[in-house]
Amino acid sequence: MWKRFRSNMGAMVGVALLIAVIVIAVIAPMLFPHGPWQMVQRPFLPPMSVDGLPLGTDTLGRNVAAQLAYGARVSLLVGLVSTLVALLIGVPLGALAGFYGGYVDEGAMRFTEFFQTIPNFALAIVLVAIFEPNLTSITVAIAIVSWPPVARLVRAEVMSIRTREFVDAARLAGLSKPHILIRQVLPNTVSPIIVMASLMVATAILLESSLSFLGLGDPNSMSWGYMIGAARTVIRTSWWLSFFPGIAIVITVLALNLIGEGLNDAFNPHLSRKGKA
Amino acid sequence: MKYLKLKATTFLIAATLASPLAAQEAGGRLDIVVQPEPPGLMLGLVQNGPTQMVAGDIYESLLRYDSDLNPMPSLAKSWEISDDGLTYTFKLQEGVIWHDGKPFSADDVVFSADVFLRETHARLRASLAYVESITAPDPLTVVFKLKEPFGPFINAFENGTMPIVPKHIYEGTDFANNPANATPIGTGPFKFDEWVKGSHIHLVKNEDYYIDGLPHLDEVFYRVIPDAAARAVAFETGDVDVLPGGSVENWDVPRLAEMDGVCITEKGWEFVAPLAWMWLNNREGPTANVKFRQAVMYAMDREFMQQVVWNGFGKVATGPIASSTNFYSDDVTIYDHNPEKAKELLAEMGYDGEPIRILPLPYGETWQRWAEAVRQNLSEVGINAEIDSADVAGWNEKTSQWDYDLAFTYLYQYGDPALGVSRNYTADRIKKGSPWNNVEGYNNPELDKKWAAAATMVTPEERNSAYADIQKEIVDDVPVAWMQELTFPTIYRCNVKDLVTTAIGVNDGPRNAWIEK
Repeated sequence: MWKRFRSNMGAMVGVALLIAVIVIAVIAPMLFPHGPWQMVQRPFLPPMSVDGLPLGTDTLGRNVAAQLAYGARVSLLVGLVSTLVALLIGVPLGALAGFYGGYVDEGAMRFTEFFQTIPNFALAIVLVAIFEPNLTSITVAIAIVSWPPVARLVRAEVMSIRTREFVDAARLAGLSKPHILIRQVLPNTVSPIIVMASLMVATAILLESSLSFLGLGDPNSMSWGYMIGAARTVIRTSWWLSFFPGIAIVITVLALNLIGEGLNDAFNPHLSRKGKA
Repeated sequence: MKYLKLKATTFLIAATLASPLAAQEAGGRLDIVVQPEPPGLMLGLVQNGPTQMVAGDIYESLLRYDSDLNPMPSLAKSWEISDDGLTYTFKLQEGVIWHDGKPFSADDVVFSADVFLRETHARLRASLAYVESITAPDPLTVVFKLKEPFGPFINAFENGTMPIVPKHIYEGTDFANNPANATPIGTGPFKFDEWVKGSHIHLVKNEDYYIDGLPHLDEVFYRVIPDAAARAVAFETGDVDVLPGGSVENWDVPRLAEMDGVCITEKGWEFVAPLAWMWLNNREGPTANVKFRQAVMYAMDREFMQQVVWNGFGKVATGPIASSTNFYSDDVTIYDHNPEKAKELLAEMGYDGEPIRILPLPYGETWQRWAEAVRQNLSEVGINAEIDSADVAGWNEKTSQWDYDLAFTYLYQYGDPALGVSRNYTADRIKKGSPWNNVEGYNNPELDKKWAAAATMVTPEERNSAYADIQKEIVDDVPVAWMQELTFPTIYRCNVKDLVTTAIGVNDGPRNAWIEK
């Protein structure tokens, strides 16, 4: 499988980009020990105009490069944690619904639909506004709006797998239902979940950026969305303030999508070959 | 010196219009942005900013004020204050008629001040508490008799404070629900024509205005454009002629001001003189300690904030009274940017790194950046500060329930410390549940007495020294962190002349404005 993944050019580019972003996020405090909020120079300095400020300064004279590096931390953190939380909600719910069927399925799916009928972004805005914007509330809000597709995917997988012969065999062997679900069925749903998760991280990063852009970000942590939101009013005079964080978002989201695509192809070689033909 | 301008002894000013009329050209239309759309135009009922701006052309008051806050004639032709400071006598203009053709008289003034506004206007009511009687001995004379001298009373005759409303329409009615509120009738230079909600308010020239030759303009459109960027574009494309203060983001101001044929002025805010500060919660937490409050003042680079956050507009504040307000004194402790001093003070008080929250004013980018700059300055001296986030409702809730450490705000001064300054520092104005006045919880009975005494002193000289004394003392106490005097530049096309000539700027600007062709 790793071989198939490795031979996928796009996926490898994605991995390289993502590793670069992660490295920048990790070493940000070493590169910029004074943090992203320090006012270091005159405001609105264009990129490359002053030594040590390759990306220029923002509306308050803060180093845009430092902001980008610290923004990577927030984006990745929110993306990963909210995806994890979404999986923790979606996987068990979908698994139970798919495996037990009947009333359990009905109940779980109606509950899921309840969330699916509300537009994602609108719900996220409402949640963040109610709980006051900070990193925790943003992460939770993103998780809450992104788990329903996970639940539906896991349910569909579980429903198809539970009718396979090895599951019948396990049942005949006298294994308990929870045991069959956890040890026999779920492990076989892992590959689509991984593919979906990689794409969810990308969506979560976009959601966090959109929230920050609207001023619903954590006011105490620098994020890319915040940078663009703050630069929106000066976009005509200072293009670099919205351009660089925009590029950062594009690169990160693209990297995650490439990886997701690569994983998908690697897990389902049959499908991918058909796609290419 | 400032107080000389406010001589309370007898003085008469003839109703002369100083500017030469010959050079001014009549005709034309002016398009002014109004932001946000006013909730109503009946100035006696609603006095928020947008209403004052539009209705300032429809209604008039007894006096206008120049940019040094000297009174000028408006509906009153001349006035006299008795030597004991107790009797104010106004002679009214002759030949004034309401927009519906009915004649205006002293009865309208008595009705407005004594009946209508006493019921509807909280801020004026506070000043009217000093008034014993308001009478009209003849149709062109009004006399206000005071119970005790109240120096700031001469500033109470501004249009947003005491607009004169028509007695024949409102007497004996339910003021708030009078159908005439939708079609306001005043004596001003412009008449109400129509209001297309969400689009514009159209005013037309009052042909029967009592001053010959005024107004010069034929019509004024107040345009409602909800988005700041769209307002800037409307100005660039020539769709509107005037952007009153605060209608575009500060960052956009230099760009617009650099355009050809565009002028900019910071004048026209002297009467309200908005002063911005941070309430420091005097009740609990580190901010209850005066040394901590002084450290906050020394930690901040307010010069930088004024230059960068406010693009150089406004002026760093030295204390509770704005420099354009009467009785301002700069003989106080000056808090310059001195991080070392701030660290010393923090060490002396034994600050243990207890985190404090900064609550920005939820009025857009500028205020958010301001809070970020303050947080950075505070963290540089070792204060552990975080920004709290809140929308308008949340800000009201947190400040009025005293659930904050540092909270940004700004309030108007209305020309006199007794009208707009003392209310923020005296103990009787501490009221839980209100986001106004003494929210910081400063309680200094000695100073309370001094504020009260200064308000009722007869001569400006006495008041001046009393307020100088108060300012010296209160600035050392730092009940709030004074940030800066705000000015909101008005951007307009240079061919619009004489637009901002008074202390309330655009609010009564179209009266004298004219367009050079």
